[in-house]
Amino acid sequence: MIELKKISKTFKGHKVLEDFDLKINRGESMVIIGCSGAGKSVLLKHMIGLMRPDVGSVSIEGTDITQVDNKRLNKIRMDFGMLFQGAALFDSLNVLENVAFQLFEYTNKPLAEIEGRVAECLKMVGLENIETVKPAELSGGMKKRVGLARAICMSPKIILFDEPTTGIDPVMGGVINKLIRHLHNILKTTSVTVTHDMTSAYEIADRIAMLYDKRIIEIGTPEEIKNSRNSIVRQFISGDPEGPLTNAARRV
Amino acid sequence: MKFRSMKRYSKKTSVYFQQRSKMFFVYIGGVLVLLGKTVFWVFSPRVRKWQILEQMNKVGVASFPIVFLISFFTGVVLALQSAYQMQKMSSEMYIASLVAVSIARELGPVLTALIVAGRCGAAITAELGTMRVTEQIEALETLSANPVHYLVVPRFIALIVMVPLLTICADFFGMLGGYLVGVGKLHITHSMYLRMTFEALAIKDVMTGLIKSVVFATIICTIACFEGMNALGGAEGVGKSTTSSVVRSFILIIVADCFFTALFYFIR
Repeated sequence: MIELKKISKTFKGHKVLEDFDLKINRGESMVIIGCSGAGKSVLLKHMIGLMRPDVGSVSIEGTDITQVDNKRLNKIRMDFGMLFQGAALFDSLNVLENVAFQLFEYTNKPLAEIEGRVAECLKMVGLENIETVKPAELSGGMKKRVGLARAICMSPKIILFDEPTTGIDPVMGGVINKLIRHLHNILKTTSVTVTHDMTSAYEIADRIAMLYDKRIIEIGTPEEIKNSRNSIVRQFISGDPEGPLTNAARRV
Repeated sequence: MKFRSMKRYSKKTSVYFQQRSKMFFVYIGGVLVLLGKTVFWVFSPRVRKWQILEQMNKVGVASFPIVFLISFFTGVVLALQSAYQMQKMSSEMYIASLVAVSIARELGPVLTALIVAGRCGAAITAELGTMRVTEQIEALETLSANPVHYLVVPRFIALIVMVPLLTICADFFGMLGGYLVGVGKLHITHSMYLRMTFEALAIKDVMTGLIKSVVFATIICTIACFEGMNALGGAEGVGKSTTSSVVRSFILIIVADCFFTALFYFIR
């Protein structure tokens, strides 16, 4: 279970999160939606300890990761997988070394076994025989899928997805959404996805939370969000250019 | 009225200097913290020997041709320029001593360090900066790897080993350049040139040059890695970090050189 309590975070005098609370249950697929710059990625980085809040606590299975040292934090991170917006594959390593990074770093498994596990993970994301290819030779969609394979390689308990469908074509976006849902179903992981792509959100989510003005303004199942009466949520999910979101942006 | 505007101007200036000095100390603090972490992780039982060898190749082997060219021609120029003065006093034979001591104590280590800072320091900053802005360093952290241990330590060890080795090469080729001018153009005999070289050159001269080169390697690595790991703002940010890495390394190398030259002068 992931629990964020009374989180506040400020960057150069600009408050991104304030008194923020969120609880994600074990085995749940939570999608966080919100406008660009609302602080969704910041939120995700707090969950894995890449950022520490100015105030508040982040609990992972009961351990407050804002209070632990780096050694303990790294141990907790072994339970995490994370897919970055731009995949963040290591340019200097090939696909095999990228996907099996943690296997090479933290286990003494023989190479054949590691290669087998990598092939299995790549197959899960619909890729085959690209182990020797460098990330620079891959397309955007392939990079995301290799990033996904890296995220699931150690069978993590929690997977974080940062804008999994951004920057790729709709067909590939659909494939990635299906993959995330499929992986969630078969691996029974807790997953947290940050996106502003509503098609993706409806397909992936057990629950959707909308982040606006430094806190969660609405949380519910995809059906509840679709039928929300909150004018901000309604404008966001319909993509209407006129409404409270754009009025607020104009005032700023 | 005039007094009030002068007061406002002096207040603005004082705020500016306060901010600049705060930034300076934050920068120095950050660099020292990175250096401390690097030294701590150097003694970690986990040695990434393939990464170290790869970096040694990039830093040392690939820099060798340019170190050879620059040190050789510096030796040639040094011999010719000193001949210009020495011929007036008919003391050309001392050119050998002058070239040997200047190259070993000063020009060999400094030129090598400047070449490595310009060539490899910039490359390190650009590589780590790109990793920072494309979230690869954050990805490393999410994979439970320590970025200092994984990225900085192999480069640090490679530089600490390769910069002194390149300095020895620079010393040799610089003296070779001087020798060719002395023997070929200034008609100093081969045996006289060698005798004057080894008479003037003490092991201490070479050692002080090597001590300097270790300090320069530490400066190059720490500044390059710090700038790279703190790059912000996409391609423009990486460009800015790379420029400031090279400029700051150059300045610090010269400052450190001045400090160590004075130190070795007073403790001789």
